[in-house]
Amino acid sequence: MTGRTKRCIGMVTVAVVLLLLLSACSRTQIPQDTFNAAGPEARKINSLFWPVFWIAVGVFFLVEGLLVFAMVRFRRRPGAGIPTQVHGNKRLEITWTIIPLVLLLGVAVPTVRTIFSLSHKPAGALEITVTGHQWWWQVEYPSLTVTTANEIHIPVGRPVYVTVTSADVIHSFWIPRLAGKQDLEPGRKNHLIIDASEAGTYLGQCAEYCGFSHANMRLRVMAQSPTDFQAWAAAQAQPAATPASGSMAAAGMDLFQNGRFAGGQQCTGCHTINGVEGASGILGPNLTHFADRTTFAGATFANTPEDLDGWLHDPPSLKPGADMPNLGLSQTQIDQLMAYLESLK
Amino acid sequence: MATVAREGPVERSPRGGIFARPSGTTGWWSWVTTVDHKRIGILYGATAFVFFLVGGLEALLIRLQLARPGGHVVTADEYNQIFTMHGLTMIFLVVMPLSAAFFNYLVPLMIGARDVAFPRLNAFSYWAFLFGGMFTYSSFVLGGAPNGGWFGYAPLSTEYPAHNMDFYALGLLMLGIASTVSAVNLFVTIINLRAPGMSMFRMPVFVWMTLVVQFLLVFALPILTIGLVELFFDRRFGTHFFQAGAGGDPVLWQHFFWLFGHPEVYILILPAMGIVSEVLPVFARKPLFGYPVVVMSGIAIGIMGFGVWAHHMFAVGLGPWANSAFAISTMLIAVPTGVKIFNWIATLWGGQISFKAPFLFAVGFIAMFIIGGLSGVTHAVVPADYQQTDTYYIVAHFHYVLFGGSIFGLFAGIYYWFPKIAGRMLSDALGKVHFWLMIIGFNLTFGPFHILGLQGMPRRIYTYPAYAGWSFWNMVSTVGSFLIAASIAIFIFNVVRTMRGARLGQADPWDARTLEWTTTSPPPAHNFEEIPVVHYVDEFWHRKYAEGEDGRLAPVVAGGGHDDLVPGDEQAGGHGSGHGIHMPSPSYFPLVSALGLPILSYGILYSPILVIDGVLLLLAGLFGWALEPSAEPEPATEEPIEPGAEG
Repeated sequence: MTGRTKRCIGMVTVAVVLLLLLSACSRTQIPQDTFNAAGPEARKINSLFWPVFWIAVGVFFLVEGLLVFAMVRFRRRPGAGIPTQVHGNKRLEITWTIIPLVLLLGVAVPTVRTIFSLSHKPAGALEITVTGHQWWWQVEYPSLTVTTANEIHIPVGRPVYVTVTSADVIHSFWIPRLAGKQDLEPGRKNHLIIDASEAGTYLGQCAEYCGFSHANMRLRVMAQSPTDFQAWAAAQAQPAATPASGSMAAAGMDLFQNGRFAGGQQCTGCHTINGVEGASGILGPNLTHFADRTTFAGATFANTPEDLDGWLHDPPSLKPGADMPNLGLSQTQIDQLMAYLESLK
Repeated sequence: MATVAREGPVERSPRGGIFARPSGTTGWWSWVTTVDHKRIGILYGATAFVFFLVGGLEALLIRLQLARPGGHVVTADEYNQIFTMHGLTMIFLVVMPLSAAFFNYLVPLMIGARDVAFPRLNAFSYWAFLFGGMFTYSSFVLGGAPNGGWFGYAPLSTEYPAHNMDFYALGLLMLGIASTVSAVNLFVTIINLRAPGMSMFRMPVFVWMTLVVQFLLVFALPILTIGLVELFFDRRFGTHFFQAGAGGDPVLWQHFFWLFGHPEVYILILPAMGIVSEVLPVFARKPLFGYPVVVMSGIAIGIMGFGVWAHHMFAVGLGPWANSAFAISTMLIAVPTGVKIFNWIATLWGGQISFKAPFLFAVGFIAMFIIGGLSGVTHAVVPADYQQTDTYYIVAHFHYVLFGGSIFGLFAGIYYWFPKIAGRMLSDALGKVHFWLMIIGFNLTFGPFHILGLQGMPRRIYTYPAYAGWSFWNMVSTVGSFLIAASIAIFIFNVVRTMRGARLGQADPWDARTLEWTTTSPPPAHNFEEIPVVHYVDEFWHRKYAEGEDGRLAPVVAGGGHDDLVPGDEQAGGHGSGHGIHMPSPSYFPLVSALGLPILSYGILYSPILVIDGVLLLLAGLFGWALEPSAEPEPATEEPIEPGAEG
């Protein structure tokens, strides 16, 4: 083993670290990048992470450097005798106990400060409630009497105080560019704050393993200007539009209200559509303004005719474990239901 | 020690009947009935290595599935089973038993004893571990493997009606029995069976770390046991320990699990730290720098390890006060860990370092563990952990600790002690190829996880969309994982080739420092012709190099080993050449009793009749255990017997 090999180790290590840093800097095309903070809450976290990261990088180079230096400098040379048998050194031991201790206490102070700062409920916050289901998110705006699913609309620049809980197993609410995670637990109410500085769509997903389709439990935050948000909320509070009689959508509505499918299943057994008589199921997402959403089924599929068609044919084949069964719908029935769903602006 | 003295000579069954003890010392049956700590150590090691290959295959399947967005190598259900079993396997069936292999093989040799305190109990531990592992794996053909994650969070783990998570609960209970029994055994062994003169602070650091690990096991496993029993009751008997709707609390499970789970992390890493503390001094030809400090920081890590569990739960909503307290305790535990690293580097400082394979793996451990330790500190920064937790950043962190740490450390131990165990040297050149391929593959596999996690990739997802932007680093990681697989293939080739090759001519190929190298390689069944008397840490080194110490040691009574014996006092019983050394006889009953456990467990799941069968077998094994002859010869008929003479 030669010194050259050891220099190689050093270079590889440096290269790995540089790659880490480079990738941290490239912010393009990664919608859940925690480094690309888009609101004050996420920025608080990053402004705490970066100093700690650089301290860690410093410690890394110091300690790995000492290690590599010791190996190169003290490699066995031909003809060398037995080295001096050093057993220890009290002063050194105290030094390398105290220095890390001081360093860590230095990190602990801002850490604790930020923990409390993030748990503080801001004044004038919009309050919403998010309930986790396997595998989708129910979103309620109690002050606006709006219920939706998977896509959370928020006004830009106003903190949103999110109360989270779960209807079944433990999930975790996470919009990386807006805030850290908060677990959703059955029987408990947890809180976090999300706050977007700019209008835009922010992606997130469930971060606590919750069964078959954990990977397919996604969500989106649509941050809008306050006026756009007000308009959206006002529209959402309205009951669903009734399609013109005789249209394909009307046939779909009839199917939704009265159809019985494989195993006696009914749409209304699981789904609510405000303003439609009998449609008050609560097992699945509220579909009152389905057509307003860009995605469906845990924000996993695009709200397009192709994806919707595939979904209505056989939900569990697209989303493993999904509660919505294959209803054995004919293509005509699917087309009618799709026409109705797409009319629910 | 009384246990050893009570047992009889190696190849004798003076009393017959149904309880006659087996007497063969060769052939596969002798391995089934063995109570020799060295053979049990080898059994542990070989079994753990087989599980390592299985867990590695699971890892490769995971990497293949995630190599590209929208992978279709396995289904969601299969993926969930595979990642759960990968975790369970690597923790409970690989790192723990591989560490146990070293404990079993080395501790008696390092403390100058003839065996562990309870040799039959030792065999029982191994069989219970083997059956626990096989039981858990049998779930694959009995309807599906555990699929709720190794952490088994309720109520997800209680809601699936199929047996998947029943195998988890019962399998882990069985493995817990194996580990607890083994922990008590090793604890008693280290406290009571040390050679004359070996005070606690003359013990090798590996023995110290073993002692700390047994302490952790004895106190941490009961917590898991309670949790698992309650989990199983919730699943099968309608209790509501973790059911929020019925007044239970799912977060209670998390406290149980992590109050076990965090000490478990140190159960997994301290043995490797012990190994590294043995390997570095030998290859630097210097004693371990700051021996008492390294020992005390190991103890400190062990104790503090019980006070940091909630750092696995920062996003649970325990509140700012609890999160702050656990942030600080987590930061504090980094201090003794850092102290160890500095002492290892200081051990190298001023040495004459020889770059053999064991040394490379030991240094690989330090280099990778530093990275794992530093990322660990970033988790303690709670707000940052709100982003990191449950992402691939965490997966990166614990693989740097448990693979870059534990596995590299254990490989250092394998290369270092292989000549002791097999009497043959592994090829150093192949060992170096193994090392470089593994460390490059390791960093390619797990380095990118840091980036992926901070780019928002959560753990335990069986698929991800192309628009997430994680495709490149996932592909890099998959390539890296196959480099690791290739490095393991080289290791296997090295072992097979070496076992077919010539025996080593000498007992001490590394110019080592500790007692296990004073005897032959491999050691005889009774370990030492004469129980050594210890005057120093690094006793063997002092015999070789310290002037005036050589050859003035008096032989020690066979089976002796009390602290109160002083050299010169024990002349009476020493025969030399292994004559008259009383070694424990082999026994069927550890195997019989352990076999009751899986039968009982299958019975709980499938049939009350099997429950009765399992309990009866367990009881029969315990009665046989109690009633079989100790094979101790009558004093009048005792005559010297050459070990191995009857073949």
